[in-house]
Amino acid sequence: MEVASLIAQVQSFKAIAAALFIGLAGLGTAIGFGILGGKFVEGVARQPELSNMLMVRVLIMAGLVDAFAVISIVMGLILFFTNGPFVSYVLEVANQVKV
Amino acid sequence: MTQASSGSYIEHHLEHLQLNLDTMTMGNNGFWTLNLDTFIIGLITALMIGGVLRYVAVRIQSGVPSRLQSFVEVAVDFVARSVGETYHGKSLLIAPLALTLLLWIFFMNAMDLLPVDLVPMIVEGFGPEKFKIVPTADPNMTFAMSISVFFLVLYYNFTQKGWHLGKEVLTQPFGPYLFPLNILFRLIEELVRPFSLALRLFGNMFAGELIFVIIAMLPWWAQWLPGGIWAIFHILIISIQAFIFMMLTIAYLAMAHETH
Repeated sequence: MEVASLIAQVQSFKAIAAALFIGLAGLGTAIGFGILGGKFVEGVARQPELSNMLMVRVLIMAGLVDAFAVISIVMGLILFFTNGPFVSYVLEVANQVKV
Repeated sequence: MTQASSGSYIEHHLEHLQLNLDTMTMGNNGFWTLNLDTFIIGLITALMIGGVLRYVAVRIQSGVPSRLQSFVEVAVDFVARSVGETYHGKSLLIAPLALTLLLWIFFMNAMDLLPVDLVPMIVEGFGPEKFKIVPTADPNMTFAMSISVFFLVLYYNFTQKGWHLGKEVLTQPFGPYLFPLNILFRLIEELVRPFSLALRLFGNMFAGELIFVIIAMLPWWAQWLPGGIWAIFHILIISIQAFIFMMLTIAYLAMAHETH
């Protein structure tokens, strides 16, 4: 029973960590895309003839803004969905204590 | 699906078909391991692109072009324009390199749009249990490309700039009196490039694949909507990532050619 509660504790911390991974990454990209899109619209409003050139630049920047958030989200998803090293470590220690 | 089986399903999709290079058997051998799936799919896409481009180039015609020729012309024009905007010297390497990177990365990324279980199931019929279809979701592939670009940048830095390179490294960006700081900044700048280039592509493709795998774990009637939405969004991502890799490569090589 004690082991079960320990594992539950590990799982709950994993859930919190995954939430931070995904949530903070989402927050950061949201702010980034907001600024990016806003400035793009401002630029197009000021000089509409440059919109094609600006669009290309915006797409490059969108990829750059996207990248690290996506890596963070993947880390979160792996932590959330796979069994990972944490639980097996708890089980290992629990087995040692039992013996 | 229970927690344990969903975990093993995802882990099954995260493992490569690996060849041990010491004993030439299947299995993981640390550094001397060849990810066969990445290698084979990358080779197939490269051969297909090369074959199609060659086919079009041999049968090229003025007048009304065929659909395939129009497509190839659009790609070549697009790359030529992008290179012309960024790079102003004479080089016989940059534009073909950019075209290769754009098309190859695009089609390797596009493997992500195939159903996640389709190809592994077909391959499993022939024996191997694990098969990852997207080569760019393997960091080995992306790092191979970015490190090649890194060495090209080094090569052009040395051959094009000569002694100017030393001056540039010592005096940019803070002037000659802070030269240790200048050297440090330059080293960090150059060394970070291959990492950011490779990890950006890898992260995006890996994330996309993982989200497709997670969607594939839903019951069959619930897969269509999120799968469709994510696939459409992913078409945008794969094009943008291929485009960014190409643009940054051109920009780095252009910087290596220009003396300040």
